[in-house]
Formats: sequence, C-alpha cells, structure tokens
Amino acid sequence: MQAAQILINALVLGCLYACIAIGFSLVWGVLNVINLIHGSFIVLGAYLAFGLYNALHVPPWYAVIVAAPLFFVLGYLLQRLLLNRVITAPVLVTLTLTFGLDLILNNAMIYFFKADYRKLTLTPSLGSVSILDVVVPVDRLIATAAALALTGLLYLLLRRSRIGRAIVAVRLDRDAAVLMGVNVPSIYAIAFGLGAALAGCAGVLMALIFPISPLTSSAYLGKAFVVCVLGGLGSVSGALAGGLLLALVEGVGSTFFGPSHATTLSFVLLIVFLVLRPQGLVGRKGFE
Amino acid sequence: MTRSNIALLVLVAAVAALPLFGGAYALRLGTIACLYAVLALSWNVVGGLAGYPSFATAAFFGYGAYAAGVLLGHGWPLWAAVAFAALSALVGAAALGAVLLRLRGHYFAIASLSLAEVLRELVNNATDLTGGGMGLNIPLAAGSGVMAEATFFFFAMWGVLLATALMAIVVGGSKLGFALACIRQNETASSMVGLNTTLYKAAAFGLSACFVGAAGGIYAAWVHYIDPSDVFDILYSVKPIVMALMGGLGSPLGVACGAFLYLGLEEVVWRNYIQIHTGVLGLLIVLLLLFLPHGLSSLRADRLWRRAKHV
Amino acid sequence: MSDLLRLARVSRHFSGLQALRDVTLSVASGEVLGLIGPNGAGKTTLVNTICGVTPANSGSVMFDGRDITRIKTYQAARLGLSRTFQIVQPFSEFTALDNVAAAALFSQPGASLKAAREAARAHLAFVGLEAQGAQPAATLTLAMRKRLELAKALAMKPKLLFLDEVNAGLNSAEVERATRLIHELAASGITIVMIEHLMKVVLNVCTRIVVLHNGALIADGAPREVISNPAVVEAYLGQKYAQRSAGHG
Repeated sequence: MQAAQILINALVLGCLYACIAIGFSLVWGVLNVINLIHGSFIVLGAYLAFGLYNALHVPPWYAVIVAAPLFFVLGYLLQRLLLNRVITAPVLVTLTLTFGLDLILNNAMIYFFKADYRKLTLTPSLGSVSILDVVVPVDRLIATAAALALTGLLYLLLRRSRIGRAIVAVRLDRDAAVLMGVNVPSIYAIAFGLGAALAGCAGVLMALIFPISPLTSSAYLGKAFVVCVLGGLGSVSGALAGGLLLALVEGVGSTFFGPSHATTLSFVLLIVFLVLRPQGLVGRKGFE
Repeated sequence: MTRSNIALLVLVAAVAALPLFGGAYALRLGTIACLYAVLALSWNVVGGLAGYPSFATAAFFGYGAYAAGVLLGHGWPLWAAVAFAALSALVGAAALGAVLLRLRGHYFAIASLSLAEVLRELVNNATDLTGGGMGLNIPLAAGSGVMAEATFFFFAMWGVLLATALMAIVVGGSKLGFALACIRQNETASSMVGLNTTLYKAAAFGLSACFVGAAGGIYAAWVHYIDPSDVFDILYSVKPIVMALMGGLGSPLGVACGAFLYLGLEEVVWRNYIQIHTGVLGLLIVLLLLFLPHGLSSLRADRLWRRAKHV
Repeated sequence: MSDLLRLARVSRHFSGLQALRDVTLSVASGEVLGLIGPNGAGKTTLVNTICGVTPANSGSVMFDGRDITRIKTYQAARLGLSRTFQIVQPFSEFTALDNVAAAALFSQPGASLKAAREAARAHLAFVGLEAQGAQPAATLTLAMRKRLELAKALAMKPKLLFLDEVNAGLNSAEVERATRLIHELAASGITIVMIEHLMKVVLNVCTRIVVLHNGALIADGAPREVISNPAVVEAYLGQKYAQRSAGHG
C-alpha cells in the first residue's frame, strides 16, 4: 500500500517538477545560459494567479492563458535588451548576470508583496478523489494534468512548428543553423521568452498547491537544476524523465530516511549524476 | 617580485593600520574587508587562474565556520579550531576537486553550487552536532573588553588575509600558477605536454578552500552565533566573483582592490537603501557586467584613449 | 635495431564507427616511418590511441618495453612520446617562449620554470623562431605556429615523435624548410612517425611506409615498394598517380 502511495505521489509531483524545469532546460540547452531568474519567474507567476483569483475570481487554469503571453514578452525583452549583450561571454559572466537580475526581481517582489507566505484557497474547495486507495486532492490532479498539457504543448511546438524546428536546429548546431539561414538572435529571444512563459505558467499551477512567497524561488530553482541534470539537457523527454526520477527519489528518501533528508539526497544524486553521467538519463553523450 | 605584487603587500599592510583610527565601526568594517579580500583572492586561484567558474566559496566558508564552531564548543582553543578548519578544508577540497574538476563549464558551476546546498542540508540535519536550523552558539573568548575583542578578531582576520595574499603571490610565480594558466588556455594541449591536469586542479581547489575555511572559523568565533542559511548563503559564492570581475580577473592586486571597492559600495547601498539593498546590489552586478566587462582595468586611461581614437 | 613501439591487434571504435581494426605494427628505434592513407583512414586516431587520448578498446600497445595501452595522456608525454597536432594547439595568451617552456617544464619531472625557459630558448632557435620568442603565440603565422608545435614537441625530449601533417597549409619554401628540420631530427637519433599527404616529402624523408585504409593496415614496406603496390594505388593514390609514377619509372 505504501508503495502505491509513493508511486502515485511521485507521478503527480514528477509532472510538476518537469513543468518547473522545462523552461530552464530549454534556455540552458538552446542559449547555453543558466538562467538563475527562473525561480523568481515561477514565484511571480504564482503571485499573478493569486492576484487574478482574489481580485477577479479568475481560477488558475484560466490564469495560465494570461500568464503565458505576459511572461513571453517579459522574457523576450530581457533577452533582447540585456542578456544578448553578453551572450558570447564566458559562463561566469552570463551566470552572474542572471544572478544579478534575480536579485533585482526577488527584492522587488519582497518589497511589493512582502516575504510572508500566502496561500491561494479555492472556494469552494474541490475536495479529493482516491486512486488505488490513495487519496489525492483534486486541485493537485488538475495542476498535474495542466503541467502535462503544457509539456506536451512545448513538445508539439518544437516538433511541428517552423520556429520549433529552428530552435532545435540552433540547439543541435548553432553554426550550421546560421548557414541554413536561421536568425539566431531572434531564436535566442524566442527561446528565452518561451522559457519565461513556461516558468510563469508553472508558477500559476504551483499556486494551486504550494504556499507563495519570494523566499521559495531558490527551492524552485534548485529543483530545476536537479531535474535538468538527472534527465539531460534541452529536451522535453529529458525534463519528464528527470522530474519523475527526482520525485521518486524524494518520495522513497523521505519514507526511509525522513523528509528532512530528501533534499540532501536529491543534491547528492545531482553531484553523482554530474560526475558519472553528465548527459543525463536520456541525453546524448558529448552534448553540452 | 613584480610591482603589482609589492603594491598588493603594501595595500594589505595599509589595512593593518586601521585600528589607529579606532572606533568599533572601523574595526568591524576592517574585519569584513579582510574577510572579503580572503574570499576573492582564494576564488581567484580557481576562477581567475585556472578559469573554472567555481561557486563553491560558500561551501568552504560555511564548512570552516561550522568545523571551528563545533570544535570551539568542545573547548578547543581558537587557533587549533581554525587550523583544523583550514587544513581539513584543504584536504577535503583537494579530494573533491579531483572529481568535480573533471566537469567543465556550466556542469562544473552547478556541481560547485550544489556543494554548498549539500553541506547546508547536512548541517541542518545533524542537529545533535550542529544545532540544525536553530543555529549554533559559540562560547565567548575569555572575557576581555568589547574593543579588545574587536581588535583581536580584526588582526586574526588580517592574519588570514596576509597569508592568503602571500599564497596568491607565491602561486602566481610558481610552477602551479604556470600550470593553471596552461589549463585555462587549453586543457587538452596541457595534458599533451605532460601536465597532470587533475593534480594541479585539485591543488588549486584545495588552496582556494583552505584560507576561506580559516576565515569562516574566525568569522564564527567573531559573531558567536551561526546558522546554516547565514554561512552557506549563496551570496558568499557570488560576491567574490563580482569582486574579482570588478578588479579584473587574474591579478591578485586587482582582485583585492575589487574586494575593498565592493565592500565600500555595499556599505553605501546598505545604509541608504536598507529595504531594497539586494535589488540595488543586483543592479550593480548587471551594470558592471554590461558596461565594464573587464572590471576597473577597462577604465584605464590608455584603453579609454584607444577607444576615443577609434571613435 | 630493437622495436621502440609495438602495437598488437589494436582496435578502437566510436559508438558504432570502427576507426581502427586489428592494427599490428612495429616501429624500430631510429626509423622514420611514414603513416599514409586517404582522409578518414584513421591515421590521427591511431596516434591518439597510442598517446592515450582515445585508449584502445582491444589489443595492446608496448612502448620502450612497457605496456602503455591504458596510459593517461600526460604519462605518455612523460615517457617520451610526443606529437605535433594537425590543427595547431598553442597556449594562445602565452609568448612563444612560454609555450615551449610549458612543454619542457611539465614533461620532465622536477624541472624548474627557470631551467625550462632556458631550454625553451634553445629549442626555439633550432626551429628558427628565436626572434619571435617574446611574441604571443596567437600573433604568429600558421607556418610559425607549426614550427612552434615542433619546438614544443622537441622540448619534451621525445624518444618517439609523431608529426601530424606538419606541412599542411605551408607553401613550398616553408615545406622545404620543415623537411630540412625533419632530416636533422632523424639524424639526431629521434624515432619519427609522420602522417603526411605530400608524397614528395614522404619519399624524401621516410625509411619505411605503412598504409592505413578504413582503419586497417593494408601495406608495410620500403617506400618505393609500397607506393607501387596495386592495393595501395587503388585505395589511396588513385589511377592518375599510378600512371604517372609508372611513367617516371
């Protein structure tokens, strides 16, 4: 019975983790930038959902439709105006730049929204259902389904659309893509915009489940790191595999060692994967 | 000895004159200045000389603070606790470095960043030893006056700074420094000429941990109370990078100047914008990276002159 | 003459691509061996496999009486295996002198930086770069960078020297100069294995030739013999050259 509980929780949580990480993974894979603002984007998305629900009674699953374009534009502009100026600089510079941007955004959120934890409470509550004798709250299920849908949407976009193919081409071989006539700066900005949009939407969904505070941004960012490294970089399937593995490890870890050790375990796993299998579960070797 | 190394020693010696100007505030600021310079000079060994984007400084600092803090709680004298923190950081980081420095670019950055996370969680969970999230109280040194204590810790931190500066100078002119410069430029070619890259990278990582560990130990004794989210703060990893970028990567003198300048800015920002000081700090970082990519050295007169000629 | 290097059934593959198949080869002390073959035949891979960059998947490599099949790159360099690169690999921020000094310093255990710089000066003079010693490597011309590679390789006091297309991209005067250097090296007793596309140089310098084709050795012998071998002509030289060389007798 415990096994079913762990498994179902891992499945639900794993899809959410994948959704948290997927925009981060896209940006890392395509632009070769570790985007440290990602966590704060997620929190900002959660505040958006909170605000829309409390002020206008827009439920979070509709708030996604508002969040996606808003965050896309935000990300697009950020890349075009700031990040693009240092995109060819060494890792140290791009990483530190996004850290600086994160400090600004996070501080702004603390200033305007305060650091206290808030909770988006749906009234009336949606209750819960039981699957295989495991009780799962309905809001959590909705968030999971929406997370899966977003992930699937990105997959289709990358697979089917012209822009998606161009993004994948830049990820695989930037120089070849230039020769094929791909406008790389524009693809970079679109990929960064998509990354931000996915972060914002993930934040909206997280608002359904977790308390909201600027202080949680580093936790989201940490999950995104681990998922990316476990699953492999820049691919949708990698983020899903990584998310599920992380959720499973945390579930098993907290059952056997206590919940406080779950995070330690996940970071130890991260370092082990980095050293032994840096290409991740489904990544290809030599694919940096 | 090169002119810039002599200037570095003069700068360090000048800092030691600070107590002459008295005042608890001057001593506090001086102690932090020494701490920052230790962090930046240490980071420079791996980040500046070898060119590996290390975010492990917070891990070394927190480790040193907790190692010394716990030992002080068990009645060890300060010098022994700090020496243990420094040496164990040296050995531990060298061993870890041999494994982690096989990674390059972003992967190394993330691994070094996670090191602090892992240590923080371990400290958080080892409640019996470290007090966990409640933090650790560190016994006061034998009762002397407030000013005497402030002066003592200032000179202790200054001593670590002097040792770090000497280390930076010696490394810069040694076979190790030469090897790290080779690794930064072309690691494959380095191993082709017989350079044992793993050995030298491990040594560099160890050295970059050693003095940070000592500084962490002295910090713990100085503030009497530490908790995991304070000493493992990722800002301890990022600040030295910003300082080094400010002063110009690679040169110990530049890096030390960057550290002092950074502290000056931080003080001004902290006093004037208490509520939004991290945001202003972020803004400074962004502006620095966008407009002064080579640090203060890009402000040098000859370069400005050259730029003017191009226009 | 004793064998300095002996390869026994060495194979190497890269995820499905068989780059080397059962290569068995001996190199005697004092030889100048030409390693030739069409592009993609596995010549550079063979050198990489011997030097420990891409260790063999099967087979064994013996050098100077010891098994070096699983050796690390830097250890191979210290044993006296040195090489130049087809694509030059300088430390571009360093001066030419420090480039060579790095090679002298790290290949000889216990060497000091000062002694290494002294030795480097002599090697730079040997390849005719003494005037460029203080110049950053990035500012040298291609021909100079090729000679810098050679000076680096020599600073490692090699017993066996691999020259990977040292003449590619050079004009004829530069090729002549490089060929003279190789003759001098051979005369000084260094065993040389050279990968070379210019047949003129190969015939001029080499005492023996081996031919690699699709990762396998297909010929081994005296230069004139090997290049008239029908299998070699077929695989590598092409019909035209075969006719021409037959015409010249």
